[in-house]
Amino acid sequence: MSSSHVVPVKTYLMVFAALIFFTGLTTGVAYIDMGAFNTVVALAIAVVKMLLVVLFFMHVKYSTGLLRIIAFAGIFWLAILVTLTLADILTRHWSPASTTWGLIVPGLRGLF
Amino acid sequence: MAAHNSVHAGHPEGFKHQFEDMEQQREADSLGMWIFLSTEIMFFGGLFGSYIIYRTLYPAAFEIGSHLLEVKFGAINTAVLICSSLTMVMAIRSAQVGKRLAQVNYLLFTMFLGAVFIFIKLYFEWRHDYLEHLAPGLGFIVRPEWGTAGQHVPMFFCFYFFMTGLHALHMIVGIGILTVLTIMAKRGRFGPEYHQPLEISGLYWHFVDIIWIFLFPLLYLIGGRY
Repeated sequence: MSSSHVVPVKTYLMVFAALIFFTGLTTGVAYIDMGAFNTVVALAIAVVKMLLVVLFFMHVKYSTGLLRIIAFAGIFWLAILVTLTLADILTRHWSPASTTWGLIVPGLRGLF
Repeated sequence: MAAHNSVHAGHPEGFKHQFEDMEQQREADSLGMWIFLSTEIMFFGGLFGSYIIYRTLYPAAFEIGSHLLEVKFGAINTAVLICSSLTMVMAIRSAQVGKRLAQVNYLLFTMFLGAVFIFIKLYFEWRHDYLEHLAPGLGFIVRPEWGTAGQHVPMFFCFYFFMTGLHALHMIVGIGILTVLTIMAKRGRFGPEYHQPLEISGLYWHFVDIIWIFLFPLLYLIGGRY
């Protein structure tokens, strides 16, 4: 292979159409009451859009394994950051904590 | 000079001697850019992480703040960025198939769309927010109708301005890079063999697009709009 992979214009146009469709979809579903699932759906759509951009526009689908590992590692480390942050914040009220904590940190008042 | 030219005679323009062949050079260039983008993920990741913490602590204030933003401008700007990503890949593709004029035109169009994004952000959104007294530190006014959650609304707007601001800064840097690329493309520097500057700048441009793909729902669509 002397030249880099040339992706057909049709593929780019289809990815583009899908991205525009999902933008409309995520805006549309925001007007439907789904409770806590509004956030879940919005983030799921954002992840799908991200994958479309990464795989086709950023050519990861046509790249070598080494490059895929680097691309994945960045997202994986972000996932660790988010997961451990949430594991802390969402479980603080599980164990009995001194009620005075809420007095020290005003933002935590509701959690204890 | 003559000796130098003879060294370069046996390979295509843009090839650097430390690489085995063009294929290896392409891979190394993209790999380097992806490592940079991984550090960018962490850079924005810190903001996203703190956003998660404060949205969890003050959900009501974040919902009030989010509802003060105009969904239509966020959605339009998402579409503008997606269009610019398409024109960017088309610019790279034009280089791959050896069309110089199309390359330059697609690059100019990508820059134009980037400028449209910045204009909408600056004029219709930031300026409007400032005039509505929603800019923390610049005369923010807590409205009585927000109730007890009102005191935390400035926190949402801090995140809003810092996240969209950092994103816009990346866009401006991107437009600067595109300006250099357009001049290089016009001089015929890129072709089917050598177009790595276009490719790796494209990676950067798409990365900035992805950041906005997440910022749009996280800032504009909190708690639904029903």
